Amino acid sequence: MSIPLPLFIAVPLIIAFVLPMFGRKGKAVATALANMVTISLLVFAVASIGKTEVYEIGKWSIPLGINLVLDGLSSLLLLAINVVAAAAMLFSIKYMEQYTAKTKYLSLFLLMVAGMNGVVLSGDIFNLFVFLEIASLASYALVGFGCDHEELEASFKYMVLGSIASVFILFAIALIYGNTGTLNMAYISKAIQNSGLNAGLTFALAMFMAGFGLKAALVPFHAWLPDAHPSAPAPISAMLSGVLIKALGVYSLARIIFNVFGVSVAVGWVLITLGVLSMVVGVFLAVGQWDFKRLLAYHSISQMGYVILGLGIGALILANNGKVEWAAMAILGGMFHLVNHAVFKSLLFLTSGSVEMSTGTRQLKELGGLAEKLPFTRATCTVASASIAGIPPFNGFWSKMILVIASVQAGFLWLAAVTVIVSLVTLISFLKIQRYVFLGELPENLRQTKENKGFMLIAMVFLACLCLLMGSLVLVPGLKESILEPAVKVLTDGLNYSANIIPKL
Amino acid sequence: MKGMTIIVKTISSWVKVLIVLFGIYIIHSGHLSPCGGFAGGVFLASSYLLLMLAFGRDVVERELPPSVALKIACWAAFTFAAIAISGLFFGKNEFFWNYIYQKWLAGAGIEVHFIAAGTISLAEFAIGLLVGALLFLVILNLSTFRRDTSASR
Amino acid sequence: MPYALCFLLFMLGLYCAVVKKNMVKIVIGILIMEYAVNLFLVMLGFRVGGIAPIIDRAQYDPVIQQVAAGFVNNSVDPLPQALVLTSIVISLGSLALMISICIRTYEKYGTFDITQIRRLKG
Repeated sequence: MSIPLPLFIAVPLIIAFVLPMFGRKGKAVATALANMVTISLLVFAVASIGKTEVYEIGKWSIPLGINLVLDGLSSLLLLAINVVAAAAMLFSIKYMEQYTAKTKYLSLFLLMVAGMNGVVLSGDIFNLFVFLEIASLASYALVGFGCDHEELEASFKYMVLGSIASVFILFAIALIYGNTGTLNMAYISKAIQNSGLNAGLTFALAMFMAGFGLKAALVPFHAWLPDAHPSAPAPISAMLSGVLIKALGVYSLARIIFNVFGVSVAVGWVLITLGVLSMVVGVFLAVGQWDFKRLLAYHSISQMGYVILGLGIGALILANNGKVEWAAMAILGGMFHLVNHAVFKSLLFLTSGSVEMSTGTRQLKELGGLAEKLPFTRATCTVASASIAGIPPFNGFWSKMILVIASVQAGFLWLAAVTVIVSLVTLISFLKIQRYVFLGELPENLRQTKENKGFMLIAMVFLACLCLLMGSLVLVPGLKESILEPAVKVLTDGLNYSANIIPKL
Repeated sequence: MKGMTIIVKTISSWVKVLIVLFGIYIIHSGHLSPCGGFAGGVFLASSYLLLMLAFGRDVVERELPPSVALKIACWAAFTFAAIAISGLFFGKNEFFWNYIYQKWLAGAGIEVHFIAAGTISLAEFAIGLLVGALLFLVILNLSTFRRDTSASR
Repeated sequence: MPYALCFLLFMLGLYCAVVKKNMVKIVIGILIMEYAVNLFLVMLGFRVGGIAPIIDRAQYDPVIQQVAAGFVNNSVDPLPQALVLTSIVISLGSLALMISICIRTYEKYGTFDITQIRRLKG
């Protein structure tokens, strides 16, 4: 069964515009419709695994029209986005009852999903920018959804930095168009190979790295993330931390650097530096936090560092003409950690939302002893904490282990050491969450706390099962070849991307 | 807000019709010249902006209630997407395929005719309505702000 | 030279967005940046004495059944104009959102000064 690629973008977009018509009375119908959309998108994403496809919109042939490209990397990201979106949508059935204007929330949510799917599928650099803006605008509005003091402040901060990032990206696109005369990524890649990098293109690359770095919240550019992610409603925090910073930041960065510009030693070192800085700074800022969601947000920065580190080591090895298997190992670690992080971080944000909904607070000092009151939330939270800290049977362990092996192979022993140390600090901060939220003494005012049942529980258990089972992605032979390897191959192939996408070029 | 003097009110209620007409003209010639749905939609919204400046917000809200404007915008967006998706079903499995032109009108020698734009002009009308209604809503919602009364610490 | 001025405008906008303390001025700074980029895009396709890239009967050569050869060499590049139109639409959307957030924030805090809007720390 072959699914037309535009459906990934068009279906959520159409339903997003239909939903506001339901109003107050049709809230149940609207919720059911939105859930159907996310679940069918998940089915589409599963069905599109392992395909390579180029789709010309409106039958305009490639250099003239816009094209959508599905390859290994895209389908991996599509899978991550739609899994998290389906879980977050299930969770928000009950959770969003606390807010007014639920249909508007659902509409913005679907708009964000459409934008992210578009970013991942787009084969045209300006089209990528447009979808990136759709997803970003929806997320700015969703961060400020509660319209309270903190939420508005966080939303404004996020919006200013996000808009500056967008302008940087647009400027870089303009520079590329001025230098190569085309906007199709495969053609740009070909033109850069033929002409080599001149000053304008190098400047464009720097602008891209600043812009996508801002979107991905890497450390010098991370200021907005710890404010924006906790302020959003919990399912949206799960979406933002789980997939938005990856689809908009890391995916685009990887695509531009590896496939369009081609790797170089300098870029490899920049990526490694950004990665290590993000890992270390993020985790040490996280340990000191007393707000549940804020702590998780700082961990997002730290875990994104792992992904960027894997990509950076891969880029460095490729640029030095080292062994491709070693580079593939490092990139595999990064990509696998990206998917794992999408799952366990969204699960952590969902559990934090569950705790907040039951108790009305997310300050660690006001919580405690909830292990008996919220048994399922506790269990899923423990699974996710074990995953993020890298405890063996769970998925986080495997990706971190691959990263450590890759950095030892590549001769960066100190990077392996940093990875392990950061992992230990992560463990400490999640023990802190266990200690202050679920163990210890139950405060007097939380005696009446009740567990959240129903769809919220289903969403959390679904993600927890994924945490447990995703180790099989590298352990079971068939799965690795069909899901992770194609994504890694797209990146290690580097500039052959254009030849792979458009053979006649 | 009571609005402006009777001269402004009378003139603007006449001019409104002309602006709407010009907006429709711009939308309709979008397939051949630098016009199109977005520019025309801005004209449609600006006619209501003129009314709002002349008569005040309440009159405009009575003439075009925000809920109706939202419905128009939703239907227009839905129509646009439906036109795009219907390309999947007419023939070659292509999204956004201009099937009206390609199937029935290609080679008929009417390339510059309005009809020949096919799905493009339908989509332009949908975009025009969408932009007009949404811009109207944006202006209406932003105009609720009063610097002196609403500042509550 | 025009490109340098364009870049200067971009930097001016960036300076305004980073340094100013008033929320509305920050928004204006971001808009200046966006317009600088739009200007840059339009200038990329500009050609001195170029004609509009619209094919009408005057440009159509009936002998070779094609567009006359001079048309491609004389017309301006239409693609950047399409890009600018799209980016103007996007910046309109983000402007509306930014201004409405500014207004809401003013209603809550009673000020536009970002040094006084500081509840989030850490």
